[in-house]
Amino acid sequence: MNFFDNHKNLFTVASLFFIVLTVFVAIIPALDNQNRNAPLPDAEPLSEEARKGKELFIANGCVACHTQQVRNLDMDKVWGKRPSMAADYALNTRMDVWRNTATLMGTERTGPDLTDVGNRQPSEDWNLVHLFNPRIVVKESIMPSYPWLFEIKNLPSEDDVVINVPNEFKKGELGSVVAKPEALQLVAYLQSLKQTPLPEGIPAPDFLYERKKKGGADGESEELDGAALYATHCQSCHQANGEGLVGAFPPLKDSPVVNEDDNLELYIDIIMNGYDARPEYGPMTPVGSTAGFTEEEVAAIINHERTSWGNSGKTVTPEEIKSIFEHVKLQAQ
Amino acid sequence: MNRNIVLKVGLIGGWAMLPLLTLAKTRDFPYPLQLDLPVILWLSLIILSIVLVLFAFSVSSKVKKLFQEKAAARKKQDQDDTKELLNKLSVKQLKEILDLKNKKLLSLIIPVLLSMQPLFAQGNRGINKENILGQFPVIITITLILVPVVIGIIILFMRVQGLIAKYKGHTHQKTTHDLAEFIKNASPEELAELLEKKKKDKAFHLSHTELSGELPASDAKGIISIIDDKNPLVVAVKKKAVSRPKIDPKLSKLIVWYLITAAIWLIFGTTVGEYIGIKFVAPELDSVSWLSFGRLRPVHTNAVFWGWSSLGMFGLAHYIVPRVSNVPLFSIKLGWYSLYLINATVLLGSISLMAGINNGGGEYREYIWPIMLLFGIALGITLYNFLKTIAVRKTREIYISNWYIVASIIFTIVIALVAYIPTWQNGLGETIVQGYYMHQGVGMWFMLFMLGVVYYFLPQQLNQPIYSYSLGVLAFWTQILFYTLIGTHHFIFSAIPWWLQTVAIVGSVGMVIPVVAGTTNFLMTFKGAWYKLKDSYTLPFFLVGIIFYFTGSMQGTAEAFRVTNLFWHFTDFTVAHSHLTMYGIICFLLWGGIYAILPRLSGQEAPQITVGAHFWLALIGLGFYSVPLMYGSTLKGLMWMDGKPFIDSVTMMAPYWLWRAIGGSLMWLSHIFFLYNMYKMVRTKPTKDPVKEVLSEVRNGI
Repeated sequence: MNFFDNHKNLFTVASLFFIVLTVFVAIIPALDNQNRNAPLPDAEPLSEEARKGKELFIANGCVACHTQQVRNLDMDKVWGKRPSMAADYALNTRMDVWRNTATLMGTERTGPDLTDVGNRQPSEDWNLVHLFNPRIVVKESIMPSYPWLFEIKNLPSEDDVVINVPNEFKKGELGSVVAKPEALQLVAYLQSLKQTPLPEGIPAPDFLYERKKKGGADGESEELDGAALYATHCQSCHQANGEGLVGAFPPLKDSPVVNEDDNLELYIDIIMNGYDARPEYGPMTPVGSTAGFTEEEVAAIINHERTSWGNSGKTVTPEEIKSIFEHVKLQAQ
Repeated sequence: MNRNIVLKVGLIGGWAMLPLLTLAKTRDFPYPLQLDLPVILWLSLIILSIVLVLFAFSVSSKVKKLFQEKAAARKKQDQDDTKELLNKLSVKQLKEILDLKNKKLLSLIIPVLLSMQPLFAQGNRGINKENILGQFPVIITITLILVPVVIGIIILFMRVQGLIAKYKGHTHQKTTHDLAEFIKNASPEELAELLEKKKKDKAFHLSHTELSGELPASDAKGIISIIDDKNPLVVAVKKKAVSRPKIDPKLSKLIVWYLITAAIWLIFGTTVGEYIGIKFVAPELDSVSWLSFGRLRPVHTNAVFWGWSSLGMFGLAHYIVPRVSNVPLFSIKLGWYSLYLINATVLLGSISLMAGINNGGGEYREYIWPIMLLFGIALGITLYNFLKTIAVRKTREIYISNWYIVASIIFTIVIALVAYIPTWQNGLGETIVQGYYMHQGVGMWFMLFMLGVVYYFLPQQLNQPIYSYSLGVLAFWTQILFYTLIGTHHFIFSAIPWWLQTVAIVGSVGMVIPVVAGTTNFLMTFKGAWYKLKDSYTLPFFLVGIIFYFTGSMQGTAEAFRVTNLFWHFTDFTVAHSHLTMYGIICFLLWGGIYAILPRLSGQEAPQITVGAHFWLALIGLGFYSVPLMYGSTLKGLMWMDGKPFIDSVTMMAPYWLWRAIGGSLMWLSHIFFLYNMYKMVRTKPTKDPVKEVLSEVRNGI
């Protein structure tokens, strides 16, 4: 007991104890990770534009609500094709001498994960509108709007990127909403966030805690919820009311592609592989193949879209679309 | 059908049967049924609690009824042996009932132990809503919520037992019996004499000068003080703080300024917090870049961390460290330097964060290193100051408070160096260090330091020594051992090494040891002095802090398991937890300490009614803040697990976020009361009381 009556003994022992543990649980693992870690062969470094966007992402504290990590959990499958690995973060180094490395993995998911948002939502139009005011495209969103990344111009020049903002979101201002370079940089960064594919032959880590199929042992597969699938994958552009957004995303309500059975192959092709044939709207991304839709899921979405908002198309079964589905999937490759 | 049978057996057949049942079930029945067992356990546990409460009430009313009957019997002066026998018999019966019930209380522990099974089965398997109640960590959380309920029941039992003891005493006296005997045997003369005496006694009146005599009173030794209490009697009158004349006024001034600036950062930080809390409900509140959510969130957390809590802790420590060393502080000047530096850190940090200068987004590490360096220097200066003070101490041993406080400062310097040296942490190195940093920040800085503060104030406020010095020492070393390991439990299932995640989980479980040791130590220090709780306006703050120390820390352990990470990680549950701990533990303990020493330094106390308002608003606000948030975020996690659209989980949270904003408003309001109390305690007021006027002149003259 007398040993610790000397303050030098006491605090030296306590400090050494703490420092040794620190070395083993923090310093060595961290050094190990930074030294024995290389980016995947296909990983692309950030472009200059995207790097500036990342700085804006950090400056505005986006990481407070958006994670950038796909955990090896079944429930995280919606955020990426495979769990994130150490190699995915290998390209991150200190921003500069003043600012630390930013893997931006985050600890809160008040908003969606952004690991693979470049694949999930690559549309520049959508991202710019969403940044100007998220509630234009996602009515229920609680994300802040970022109007300071935009300016109002009465006569935008040809180089200006004009954003299609509905009048009620302009707060009475006349003129066109034009993206400042900062907005474009931030979008460039978001578009750069894509999961790098693993090299041929290297298996991805497993997703753990697989969700139990509700159908159970008797082999009957459950009825998929088309409305939920629509909300997850389609709604942010085509909107909950199916009316889209003028000048950006076409309506599905009363759409001939959706309703007429002759167009079924085109319809499935668009869902799986995207579409860019109408100049008045932005291009659609290959939502289906990005998310890895099955024919059951495609059928559920088609049925939801054909029976909502006054649409009256014929409903389909997975079996009916199976052949088209295979054909369309082949086209994609 | 099986479920019904198990339920019935579980409830009627008694708790001892349950271990057998578990074994039988795991062997004989397929998987889904096994999952139902914990639910049944829980159902039964809840029913048992209700039964216990009802039973306890019925017993207490029965005892009261018996009492009344006995009183009535005494009135009649009617002695009935058989009735007394009957009474005695019913006491035995009562005792039997109580014994039986006490046994049942013990058996509460058994189901918790039983349901530990999932802990060892954290494999790759299905988790769904149905079996979430059976998860060990969830059970821990529910148990933590049940703790106050069980304590309530125990108190009820103690009261019943008290009643019975009283009753027993009465039966043993047999006074009524003696009286009856006396009356039977007495002669008429004796009775007449008695009557005469009674009459005389009745006629007697006190002159009111028996004790004081006829002379005017004088208090030659200054024992009596006249309390000129003009307070309306809305609140119970509490004991006044004991004045301590020996404090160096220069030190006193330094401490007061630490606490004033701390209080200002509290108001600033929580105003920001309240504002961003409202933004969850009204995202279009403003669209100014400096006030956007992502920028203000770290402003809030850092201001309450480095501004309010750290300054408050330093203020209290500048009082404690010299006091328990029994020497003056080595240098008051150094104290001022560190005060300036910390305030500069938070001021510059807040402005830079709002301007968009951010270190990289790691939580609590948002200030860039040149700014955080100021804080680091302040730590270094204070460490030197405290060590120099302790080095010349007049006590042989170093009091446990100083173990905690000084170690905490040393560790935090280490932590800051590891986290901020600007030449490393590429790739995942950043994340591993971030996990280490953010958790050591709260655990080694705030928690370790505040434990040291409590080891000083609790014995002081209770006026009795700490229960066990050894428990304090045990908690100290185990806290270092386990807490250092747990940082990466914020990144479970992420890309950091699996073994490191496991170490963090194991460390989180190990935290049970220091937390239980510390809580036991503090609560046992209360032993024999619980009555002081109602006389004091500081002790309730300490008690709340200690209770949250237990529940909050254990909740942290519960959250660290892999299985709870499924539905709690990434949700607002973490936010609720950090408020239960940083607010419930650190803030309440800080307030207790501040209310304990400021009146000693300034000689002025805050009005009791506003201290009470501060206490209750903060406590109730914290409840409104955290409980709905925990509930809502659990639902949110379950929705994610069910694969529901993400936006649905956002809309589902809306009412819980509203409750959070309401709770936050109450907490914020309590801080206004706190600021007012601070003002009342530290202002130099021109007093009309000539005595006080002279005193304050004398005091300023020193």
